[in-house]
Amino acid sequence: MNEKEESPGQSYGGLLAVLGALLALTAVSVAAARLYTGPLRAGVALGIAGLKSALVLVFFMRLREAGPAVAGGFLATVLTLAVFMALTFSDVLYR
Amino acid sequence: MERTDAAGVRLGMWLFLYTEIMLFGGLFVLYSVYRHRYQAAFAAGGLELELPLGALNTCVLLASSFAVAAAVESVRRGLKKAALAFLGSAALLGAVFLLVKYGEWSRKFALGLYPGGARLSAEPGGFKAFFGLYYALTGLHALHVSIGCLALGVCWALVWKGAVHGGRLNVLENSGLYWHLVDIVWIFLFPLFYLVA
Repeated sequence: MNEKEESPGQSYGGLLAVLGALLALTAVSVAAARLYTGPLRAGVALGIAGLKSALVLVFFMRLREAGPAVAGGFLATVLTLAVFMALTFSDVLYR
Repeated sequence: MERTDAAGVRLGMWLFLYTEIMLFGGLFVLYSVYRHRYQAAFAAGGLELELPLGALNTCVLLASSFAVAAAVESVRRGLKKAALAFLGSAALLGAVFLLVKYGEWSRKFALGLYPGGARLSAEPGGFKAFFGLYYALTGLHALHVSIGCLALGVCWALVWKGAVHGGRLNVLENSGLYWHLVDIVWIFLFPLFYLVA
């Protein structure tokens, strides 16, 4: 493989800012679970978890710079999992 | 001079990570089905877990992920001492995570809340399913954290010896990817068991 795809590094400050955002989102998810007990409780908690994962994937794992093969494979994996989940629940809910 | 295919090595690691996502993903599907079936029992099970310890472990793993990302960046810049400090911190935080998890499991075992334990045996099926999934998922995750700690330790030694440096950091990058994925798995385990069960 060639060298040109090696992307420039990240600043320590940027990485630290991402950590700050991740810790803040953790605090928000705990507070939301304590204060809000409505029907969307699980959705809110998992939505925040999804946002945190996206931060880790983009800034710590550098998914965007990893190239289309890696990003496409990741997308295919997540979509496959979503299809499994949908098919399982179509069975569980309407059996 | 030895040639390495950096992009190929990275793609290989990602292929492995996809299988890990499917492994934990399948267990998440199982959790969702049982949670749907036993909502009240899962809520009761969630109340037995200690939220402050779960939140603490979340912060510990997030900080360790930052440390690994910073270690990769340090190696890239040729800052060996900083890289060793960040890698050592990350492995140490991983050990702290395992220690906290050991403490949590021990307290549940002392209460008879383990498969075959006096208290869990007397509880209804949904409650048993909750703790079965709790031990299976957090146990499998803890195994991954242990392997990750070992990988970080090996990386520390390789950086120290000079075998991993700015021009050759595949081993460190891939270990870092593995560690971040382990972090992401916990990012989902934490709300599923401690927040919304």
